[in-house]
Amino acid sequence: MSEKILMRATNVTAVYAGEEGADVPAVDNVTLEVPEGEILGLAGESGCGKSTLGNALAMIANPPLYVLGGQMEIDGQSIGLTTLGKSANARHRPYRGQVVSMLPQGAMNAISPTLRIRRLVCDVVHAHHKDMPRSEILDRASDRLDMLGMPKRVLDQYAHQLSGGMKQRMVTVISTLLDPHLLIADEPTSALDVSSQKQLIEMLLAMVEAKIMRGVIFITHDLPVLSMVTDRLAIMYAGKIVETGRTEDLVHQARHPYTSALLAAVLDPTEATRTKHVLGIPGAPPNLGHPPTGCRFHPRCAFVKPRCSAAEPAFRDEDGHLVACWWAEANPGVTVPVEVNLA
Amino acid sequence: MTETAPAPAGAAAAPVVLAADHVTKQFRVAGGKLTAVDDVSVEFREGQVLAVVGESGSGKSTLARMLLRLLPVTSGAVLYRGRDITRIKGADLRRYWHDVQAVFQDPFASFNQFFTVGHMLRRSLQTADLGGETAEQRIERCLGYVGLKPEDAVYKYPHQLSGGQRQRVMITRALLVDPKVLVADEATSMLDASLRVSVLNVLQDLRRDLGLTVLFITHDIGQACYFADQVVVMEHGQVVEHGPTDDVIFNPQHSYTKRLLADVPNLKGSLKSQRLG
Amino acid sequence: MSDTLAPAPDQPKAAGRSALRSLNFTPRFWVSIVLIVLVALFAFVGDMLYPYGSNQRVGSLFDEPTPQHILGTDNFGYDVVALLMASTRNSLYNGLLAGTIATFLGVFIGILAGYIGGWFEEFLMGVTNIVLAIPAIVVLILISVSIQGTNLQFLKGIIGMSLVIGFTSWPWTARSVRAQASSVATREHIDVAKLSGARTFGILLRDVLPYLASYVVMAWVLQVASAILAESTLSMLGLGPSGTASLGVELHWALAFNAVANRAWWAFLPPTAVLTIISFALLYLQSSLDEVFNPRLRRGKKKNLAKAAERRAEAARRLAAEIEAEVAP
Repeated sequence: MSEKILMRATNVTAVYAGEEGADVPAVDNVTLEVPEGEILGLAGESGCGKSTLGNALAMIANPPLYVLGGQMEIDGQSIGLTTLGKSANARHRPYRGQVVSMLPQGAMNAISPTLRIRRLVCDVVHAHHKDMPRSEILDRASDRLDMLGMPKRVLDQYAHQLSGGMKQRMVTVISTLLDPHLLIADEPTSALDVSSQKQLIEMLLAMVEAKIMRGVIFITHDLPVLSMVTDRLAIMYAGKIVETGRTEDLVHQARHPYTSALLAAVLDPTEATRTKHVLGIPGAPPNLGHPPTGCRFHPRCAFVKPRCSAAEPAFRDEDGHLVACWWAEANPGVTVPVEVNLA
Repeated sequence: MTETAPAPAGAAAAPVVLAADHVTKQFRVAGGKLTAVDDVSVEFREGQVLAVVGESGSGKSTLARMLLRLLPVTSGAVLYRGRDITRIKGADLRRYWHDVQAVFQDPFASFNQFFTVGHMLRRSLQTADLGGETAEQRIERCLGYVGLKPEDAVYKYPHQLSGGQRQRVMITRALLVDPKVLVADEATSMLDASLRVSVLNVLQDLRRDLGLTVLFITHDIGQACYFADQVVVMEHGQVVEHGPTDDVIFNPQHSYTKRLLADVPNLKGSLKSQRLG
Repeated sequence: MSDTLAPAPDQPKAAGRSALRSLNFTPRFWVSIVLIVLVALFAFVGDMLYPYGSNQRVGSLFDEPTPQHILGTDNFGYDVVALLMASTRNSLYNGLLAGTIATFLGVFIGILAGYIGGWFEEFLMGVTNIVLAIPAIVVLILISVSIQGTNLQFLKGIIGMSLVIGFTSWPWTARSVRAQASSVATREHIDVAKLSGARTFGILLRDVLPYLASYVVMAWVLQVASAILAESTLSMLGLGPSGTASLGVELHWALAFNAVANRAWWAFLPPTAVLTIISFALLYLQSSLDEVFNPRLRRGKKKNLAKAAERRAEAARRLAAEIEAEVAP
């Protein structure tokens, strides 16, 4: 299958400045691509580096986060992602919001309570296009709302008059008003009720269909949400991607024991949930200052073998389904047996 | 809507431990009153796990706080083993909190960051009847229920623990006084999925081993499905459906419950293919 | 496993560290501390070394500065330097006493109102707002005047002055402490403390107050500064403590004897300068405390920052080299 790739980021490495001088690597040499017109889900437990990766790709990393290296190819342009050096900020500014737009976690709670939404819309656009007249911006915004089937009166309201779901959809619309190539959404659904989650997901799908943006990276720990909205998934553990591929392949034929354990822990209201007893992953995520040797998941893995702690597994490509695991290497094409996660 | 659902076999024999009797809570807000909980009556039977499910603003946490006597009721009564405890105070109230304990949502905000875990745990034991144990023995026993050892936790400050450990320590704290009822108010919603199941498993084991009655407040109907015996569905401060878990989740009667279940994301497949197909 | 202390890079700001390690003493903090220590040394140690006493008449009206009396004499012929030491000492006593009383009252009322809430809060805040609405200077003047008319000797001195100022300047501290206390009162750890059987007093002391500690310290510094200024204002108007020296009393007499018209700058400039230094140092200390307590305003030591940047650049170079080596073959 040869698809057109919208964005390809290679060798992204980012560190947090540590308390006692030493830096903690949060994203370790990650490579990631988003095909044209697709939604990529980025999943993993909290602290795995998924938000950090999102910030690095959106070029909004601020101290204490530093991006040490990484290259992003998007729409024929090649952008160095590093934030070291004095000119980095000026170099990244023209891409923000227009090439890559970020919808940060909790953005909906950051709307000023004293301004009407229309004012927020103008402010956001003016941050990128100083001279665009207000009328043009508002026309554009109300056309966009019309297109997505949302009420235009929202523009004249204040944040407290909107429900959480409406606020979240509104900030999503605003952050894509400049038609960015890539939208990065960090936990956009986590604070919402299920009905609002569904509305937001449907809106995102409609936006991609209407080619408002040409690709989305959707970051969340919520696998059911990801399985409904994404085309592809990338699973992160301790700063590295351990498995990536088409969503249905990952969900139904997980090749990495970590992915499988995450999936087993999903509790949806079905007969199967009623009768199963999930074990959960033993232990805790590693201290990224001193990650385990070899495969970083090995201290918690049910399939651990001596070589897992000795050497780091390379990616194995099985028809676009990539997995970095010694067990997967030894058992090509075999789905991780889900029973290991159940009692 | 009142007790239309038949009690499950066997459960009928279990006595009612805690009950809300026509409980209402109104808050004064700018320009009027907001009814957060509207004439709710629910009963909790001994040794059962009862889940209260609802979206934000459904009044489920307000109800829990009234049952815990952390928030005064506007009208109605809270009954513990048939006794009206709606207005008890002082020593009586502290005695009530020996029997009814709670674990809250935020595993960080639940801690006083200036105290070590051991200090916080010993504080809970100040008024407790230790029944021959020393405080250290009791703490060790209760940490054992959640799979922690004293050396993992006692001398640490909350920020030195991971999110899952913090929530386990909070469960330990609640168990120290030998409670009969544990109220878990969104106690798992800020945890990662795999930690969440291990905390739910801990609660399940406690119900089995100690006969604890668990009142599980959640927005996630999937978690209720995993381990609740009974489910109460709340919408806008009212109970719209109440019954055994299998009935409520697999054969919902109220339109709100049906919609809630239909909107829950699942692993079955993408909305995209549904849209295109 | 030793990885129980897993940091969460998604939330880099570990919210609670052990108290002292999280403090960040900045240059601003040290500058203000040095100024305060110098003023205190001048006031408390100076008179042990200085040859003249503050109640020792050494000359006549406004004698010009001489090598023996480097700031000359005041209107009564006292040595200005000796007088200045005694005045500064009294003004500092006044500031500490009045500032502590005001802070204590303000914190007590604010914390009770904020934590307990309901009608109790409305009552306390009503009282606070009434006290705030009355022009403080008028109340101060009225009380001062009536105190001067009593027979209680100690009230006429600097202590009486401090009590008057302390008991009238708590309201704004109460108001801001109330706002903070009511936000702490909604934290879940308060509910946990209640469920653990803690009593209200214990909760206020152990679960609310520590969260306000940094704020209380800052409020106290401000209260001390404003008490010193308030005393000077009153004393300068002639309402100050009788029979004792203070910076304001010095200014009062200098004005009364037309020091400005007589060009006797040594009579009014030195007390003004000391007042300015004290209030500057305290206000500067207060603003630096913001940085000391607030980890987000932390600047870090320049040397360490440069070292870290160097190390990061080196890591980035190594990384680039590794990637190149991988791509090359």
